[in-house]
Amino acid sequence: MAEVAENIQNIIKPENLVYQKSPVLTDKVMHYCPGCSHGVVHKIIAEVIDEMGIQEDTIGVSPVGCSVFAYNYIDIDWHEAAHGRAPAVATGVKRVFPNKFVFSYQGDGDLAAIGTAETMHAVNRGENIVMVFINNAIYGMTGGQMAPTTMVGQVTATTPHGRNVDLNGYPLKITELIAQLPGAAYVTRQSVQTPAAVRKTKKAIRKAFEVQANKKGTAFVEVVATCNSGWKISPVESNEWMEEHMFPFYPLGDLKDGEKEDPEALKMNV
Amino acid sequence: MGELRLMKGNEVIAEAAIRCGCDGYFGYPITPQSEVMETLMNRRPWDETGMVVLQAESEVASINMVYGAAGSGKKVMTSSSSPGISLMAEGISYLAGAELPCLIVNVQRGGPGLGTIQPSQADYFQATKGGGHGDYRLIVLAPASVQEMNDFVDLSFELAFKYRNPVMILSDGAIGQMMEKVELADYKPRWTDEEVKEISDSWAAIGKSPDREQNIITSLELESDRMERNNIRFQAKYQKIQENEVRFEAIDCDDADYVIVAFGSAARVCQKTIQLARAKGHKVGLLRPITLFPFPTEEIKKMAGHVKGFLSVEMNAGQMVEDVRLAVNGKVPVEYYGRMGGIIPSPDEVEKALEQKLIGG
Ligand SMILES: Cc1ncc(C[n+]2csc(CCOP(=O)(O)OP(=O)(O)O)c2C)c(N)n1
Ligand code: SF4
Ligand SMILES: [Mg+2]
Repeated sequence: MAEVAENIQNIIKPENLVYQKSPVLTDKVMHYCPGCSHGVVHKIIAEVIDEMGIQEDTIGVSPVGCSVFAYNYIDIDWHEAAHGRAPAVATGVKRVFPNKFVFSYQGDGDLAAIGTAETMHAVNRGENIVMVFINNAIYGMTGGQMAPTTMVGQVTATTPHGRNVDLNGYPLKITELIAQLPGAAYVTRQSVQTPAAVRKTKKAIRKAFEVQANKKGTAFVEVVATCNSGWKISPVESNEWMEEHMFPFYPLGDLKDGEKEDPEALKMNV
Repeated sequence: MGELRLMKGNEVIAEAAIRCGCDGYFGYPITPQSEVMETLMNRRPWDETGMVVLQAESEVASINMVYGAAGSGKKVMTSSSSPGISLMAEGISYLAGAELPCLIVNVQRGGPGLGTIQPSQADYFQATKGGGHGDYRLIVLAPASVQEMNDFVDLSFELAFKYRNPVMILSDGAIGQMMEKVELADYKPRWTDEEVKEISDSWAAIGKSPDREQNIITSLELESDRMERNNIRFQAKYQKIQENEVRFEAIDCDDADYVIVAFGSAARVCQKTIQLARAKGHKVGLLRPITLFPFPTEEIKKMAGHVKGFLSVEMNAGQMVEDVRLAVNGKVPVEYYGRMGGIIPSPDEVEKALEQKLIGG
């Protein structure tokens, strides 16, 4: 036994370190359900902030939703916004602090239902902010009610017989709408259910912060996510359900990669 | 002596904001206050002082932009009129709950609903009793002249930062639209980012330096005992404001048998009324609350010991009269006279009401 312990001590050396918790993540125990995507995305954002060396210059805006407490986990200054208003709050911050990194972090109810106007208009102004959008097709925080992104036929607390389009309308592909707006620079849809997917999402979020650094317009990263508690299935089944039902409707990949439109080209001839 | 100009009340709000070193204005057009943003956009203060001006997509967005910018430790403001202020109610409650300093200007119009664009004071309850959800108070200043529209902008920011609390200038369509001579303030430079850090690094979200804990702008506290403690802290602050910040003007009150209580435009009318009454031999004074919260309760209480009655004159259905009655506490009669829906009472009709309800009665 003593020999094993000694061997471990020989292995734990700085030069052997291949991975560690990002120093930008706090030590607080996350309140998320095991299997929830929120924690993974927090970890990615913390790593990107750390790797870019922008901890002192980054301001986050958390939503109302399960990730309302995002500020407990990422060790930066934060604003906790009212439900749906994070893009407006982030606009206020960015306008008075144009050289800081500002990002909003929102769920699908927050971003695509109650906050649709703030979302569309922040992007349409081409605010130089990063918007991270967690699409888990449900209202996690309030106990699993229908979200604008809920799939047709999906059972939730307020669609107990499955989402019915006649009654509830269609699932909203807000990211596709966002990609149409001239203020958007970078619009992408990713996921975090596998190590490969996590790496891709990290690349996307890093790129989004770089777009902001270069003042190219709004960078928008959707993460198709799971809410196993809301969906009432296991974390593993949730990943399968997401791949089977959500990915065909919300296909992964970049929707726009460039910069906001040149206003000169749109100017009236007078 | 500062620069003298002939200006509209709304224009003066904009000019005073630029001159007092305001960092940002976020708003949405609505009559009768659109000149505030129009003046700002014309003046292009971003070139001159670096002040940011943004037309938002709604009042909901503008108040939340104010929340973000105020949480950044900057001097920021919005303005609107009654229906727009209703739309801001949630955001104002969040600002109060997160204890953020900011200025909100309400150039009131007649309601309820879409109402009228004419001047009104029907948002007195909304402004002084909360308006949004939860137990909170705004500091509420009621200008009665274009000069006070100028003076109260700087004062509002001073009070907002002193108490870390939103401040409202509760004006109305008459004061917003009328032109008067105004002595403008001298320019004060905007705070530099270093000054913002010096002043507000203990609480504002300005970027976390390694030598301090995170600053988190939030009104959320899930544990009810802690939320109660927050509320106790807020109430203690409001009490301190009540003790230290009451402002009012008393005209001809020393020898008065009867006192009219009126604020803003209604007080302007009543200044004439007391002259008419005195010409008829009635000793009438005017108490004009300048702060509506904190309300001059003590002053009214004192007066109640030696006057025969009060008349609360308001451009609403009788809202402030409740606060006057609380202060007087049954000692002498307190009557109300007012007009609604955007009508300004005339000095004569108020004088008649005074005779009918108090003097002659
Ligand atoms: C104005 C307002 N309306 C409703 C609520 C209640 N509420 C809190 S979170 C939430 C839904 C959040 O869902 P989503 O944005 O999808 O986030 P998730 O929890 O799924 O991550 C609702 C309706 C609220 N807090 N404020
Ligand atoms: S309810 Fe859903 S979104 Fe909320 S923490 Fe649990 S799994 Fe995550
Ligand atoms: Mg959700």
